[in-house]
Amino acid sequence: MSKLIKGKTGEWEVVIGVETHAQVSSVSKLFSGSPTAFGAAPNSQVSLVDAAMPGMLPVVNGEAVRQAVRTGLALNAEINKHSVFARKNYFYPDLPQGYQISQYEEPIVGEGEIEVELEDGSTRTIGIERLHMEQDAGKSVHDRHPGKSYIDLNRAGVPLMEIVSKPDMRSAEEASAYVGKIRSILRAIGSCDGNMQEGSMRADINISVRKPGEELGIRAEVKNVNSLRFIRQAVEVEAKRQIRLLESGGTMVQETRLFDPDKGETRSMRSKEDAHDYRYFPDPDLLPVVFDDAFVAECKASLPELPDTRKARYVEAGVSADNATFIAGEQDHIHFFETLLAAGIDAKQAADFYTSEFLGRLNKADISIADAKVNAEALAGLLALVKDNTISGKIAKDVLDDMLESGEPAKAIVEAKGLVQITDSSAIEALVDQVIADNPNQVESYKANPKAIGWFVGQVMKASQGKANPGQVNQLLKQKLDG
Amino acid sequence: MALDEGTVARVAHLARIRVKDERLKPLAGELDTIVNWVEQLGEVDTNNVAPMTSVVEMQAHWRQDAVSDGGYSDRVTGNAPDGVADPEGAFYGVPKVVE
Amino acid sequence: MSDLLDLSLAEASDKLRSREISATELTEAYIAAMAETVDLNCYITETPEKAREMAAASDARLAKGEGGAMEGIPIGMKDLFCTEGTLTTAASHILDGFVPPYESTVSGNLWDAGAVLLGKTNLDEFAMGSANITSYYGAVRNPWTRQSEPDTELVPGGSSGGSAGAVAARAALAATGTDTGGSIRQPASLTGLVGMKPTYGRCSRWGIVAFASSLDQAGPLTRTVRDSAIMLGVMAGHDPKDSTSVDTPVPDYGAALTGDIRGLKVGIPREYRIDGMPEEIEALWAQGVDWLKQAGAEIVDISLPHTKYALPAYYIVAPAEASSNLARYDGVRYGLRIDGETLDEMYANTRGEGFGDEVQRRVMIGTYVLSAGYYDAYYLQAQKVRTRISEDFRNAWDSCDVLLTPATPSAAFGVHEKFNDPIQMYLNDVFTVTGNLAGLPGISVPAGLDKDGLPLGLQILGRAFDEETVLKTAAVLEEASGFSALPALRAGRG
Ligand SMILES: [Mg+2]
Ligand SMILES: [Zn+2]
Repeated sequence: MSKLIKGKTGEWEVVIGVETHAQVSSVSKLFSGSPTAFGAAPNSQVSLVDAAMPGMLPVVNGEAVRQAVRTGLALNAEINKHSVFARKNYFYPDLPQGYQISQYEEPIVGEGEIEVELEDGSTRTIGIERLHMEQDAGKSVHDRHPGKSYIDLNRAGVPLMEIVSKPDMRSAEEASAYVGKIRSILRAIGSCDGNMQEGSMRADINISVRKPGEELGIRAEVKNVNSLRFIRQAVEVEAKRQIRLLESGGTMVQETRLFDPDKGETRSMRSKEDAHDYRYFPDPDLLPVVFDDAFVAECKASLPELPDTRKARYVEAGVSADNATFIAGEQDHIHFFETLLAAGIDAKQAADFYTSEFLGRLNKADISIADAKVNAEALAGLLALVKDNTISGKIAKDVLDDMLESGEPAKAIVEAKGLVQITDSSAIEALVDQVIADNPNQVESYKANPKAIGWFVGQVMKASQGKANPGQVNQLLKQKLDG
Repeated sequence: MALDEGTVARVAHLARIRVKDERLKPLAGELDTIVNWVEQLGEVDTNNVAPMTSVVEMQAHWRQDAVSDGGYSDRVTGNAPDGVADPEGAFYGVPKVVE
Repeated sequence: MSDLLDLSLAEASDKLRSREISATELTEAYIAAMAETVDLNCYITETPEKAREMAAASDARLAKGEGGAMEGIPIGMKDLFCTEGTLTTAASHILDGFVPPYESTVSGNLWDAGAVLLGKTNLDEFAMGSANITSYYGAVRNPWTRQSEPDTELVPGGSSGGSAGAVAARAALAATGTDTGGSIRQPASLTGLVGMKPTYGRCSRWGIVAFASSLDQAGPLTRTVRDSAIMLGVMAGHDPKDSTSVDTPVPDYGAALTGDIRGLKVGIPREYRIDGMPEEIEALWAQGVDWLKQAGAEIVDISLPHTKYALPAYYIVAPAEASSNLARYDGVRYGLRIDGETLDEMYANTRGEGFGDEVQRRVMIGTYVLSAGYYDAYYLQAQKVRTRISEDFRNAWDSCDVLLTPATPSAAFGVHEKFNDPIQMYLNDVFTVTGNLAGLPGISVPAGLDKDGLPLGLQILGRAFDEETVLKTAAVLEEASGFSALPALRAGRG
């Protein structure tokens, strides 16, 4: 698959680097004891420290440090046992201190790399430049007064991890797959809930284009893109814009842009274009963040199975590579799938049924996993009935429809509707004999073409209202017809 | 002169301080004198010297991740020059920001 | 009444405990003294009502035989400490009307120990100055006057000039100060008081309006070394809300004042003998050496080779940190706001109007030295020089236990002298600033008078967290000098 984009003057290569901001799963802020919960009344989750009252001082949240180290380890990255908080100075009303406390020259996590799976089954290794801790800003509300903006500092000071990639991505798909992979890793280890709608994760995408083999072009930074789909769209439209601009003789300016998903375009954020001079310097209110090997080892020991390892384990158990990647990448899928495995369901069968039947139905009806009336245990109950031959796989699909509709357990539905599979061979034999007796012409054609047995199976199943055990039907038919 | 009026204007903007035009020139003179004076630090050999990052040699203690603060929007907004009592709750008001 | 005002903190404390005097009585005397000395402009906000309430509460505790180490002692609080429910200004227009909904740790410690708040004392705006002439609320006048020209208004030094002036003029029994480059020790020297800056990290900075975070330390301004020991013991202590606060126990500083310094090695740094130093200062220094020698100390000649670079390093580090610390004064959450068409205009108008000239100058210097392309040459180099200065001290401690130096290069000067040249003004801190850069404890003790009858101080610097030896040595100096002169413009004379 060529990743080059065709322009009027030839092919262009797009070069992408991503800065992902991920909110650390913590109950309190990075430098104060006020809460981080989403959706509270304005300025109700703000301490004197968050509001930058005179004389207030920051004290670092140890949990943020721990989660940053765990995340670094999960990104196969170098952990810096000595790191420094620095001030990034600029004026903005949602930044009460007049500076953001971040890490600059000495971040807590250095270089690492992750593997990203693409749709064609290939994988790409994407380099991680660094991960640093920093505090989030507050929120400006522009739509409640004609002449004023309102400031809500509830988010001010919320702990973030900024994960900076190397400029290693070459397509919109790679960029969104990369962020998706970061998300699945963070969710797997629990360092961030990955909720992009609530702003727990957002991406700044640096995009430039060049003719293959040439120097890196001037980049634009598309800020705060908050879904994987938008990341894809943003890269596509921004790359096209740059190519159009360059091919029509224009020059790129390094700038910050905003992606507008409604209009499907990016546009310049002039308000952020003021001469940047952040005057970083080490925050004298904070001491360096220092820890020892034992702390790192403790963080490492606390890591659960990571998506890549999990995927390999699933493939080993017989799950298709696609399904394994899909399930291992998302905590909800992992929960369902592991529940099915624990109930003794065959891995491949469980994965296939979960992805195509269960999720297929949810997608079609546009129901989220959380809202579905069937939970993991209930689904395991259904597949257990298939496993012990109480119902056939075919009946199971009908029962699933019923379960999603009514929320009743599989067993109750099967019993109430009398769907228990017929496994009594004399009963099945009677049906088989009947069908053979009723269709002499078909028996003749079977002799010429043994593949026609499928027709007989269908007839017997029909006669049993789907309840006959298909294996037994097959076996008996073969016996009788060949005999 | 290293520190001219243009530089002072740029620095004043970075620091968000309104400086009247007629103050730019004298201010440039004052700041230039100070900057020239501190430049004697260049004489000190600081090869292989680490910059001081903490005055006291001690290990930082980390906070427990627990909610122990907040929940008093009245206290944090009580001193605001333009405190807004909106039906949604208390905000700080500022001149409209255009994004 | 005047004898009440002349009691030291320790003496008053004894009399309060023995119920010979009451806290209310003592406080009333000081409330009257504040009124009497109001022309000196030592206070920005007087809180007589609050003082009466607190004194009454102290009396109730004392009656039960209870009470802390500062029970019933009326003090001035530098208006850089945030005090809950009481206007806090940092002597700046930009904090107009700011009433903190919280109490600084150090002031809280003092109230917990029973101290009584007389009011918030004047200072240089945001503690930036060495003369207390940059306050939005006007200059403070030194209660001391020259014998030759008694009408010339002299500065009390700064930035804790209001605190120093108040304690010297008997308008407070003691007061808090903060010292970023000498702001406790220098005004103490200029007003004949004892001013102590403890080791960086000894007193919590939480709730003190920040000037330069890596240099600021709170400390007491008192009339005696013993008072200093008592008050520091109350102010100091670990605070989990300040990451740079040290978690080591606070010793009994009073117990350290044994008067015995036999065998103590006192270093005399040769680089502190600066060009153009007045002869009187030189003579006083020599006198101090003699006193300590007579008390049994061993005098050691030492070298602090990077001394000359301390002031320029300070004038990079302090403004750089200040430029960032003062960014929060933006007219959004508290204090002054001057409207503008746009947000940026509102910021620039507010800060242009709200900050005085010296603050603006330092914020701009700080912004400049941190800005792109200059950081390495200025800020980074200054922090490296700071490491060098610290090493100088570390080396010195191999051969001595404390250092003896002058506290200031001159006695108090006129309000209009030294005004035009900022660098001339900065030189006031030449002996004190090294202690801030290296985070070391230092004390200024009144040791003599200049030819015009103005007080002069000597400084003792010590090892980090060895305030005990510093105080002990200071007490010996105090004893030897027998300093007993009083300022002309003090309360209780009429
Ligand atoms: Mg960034
Ligand atoms: Zn960031």
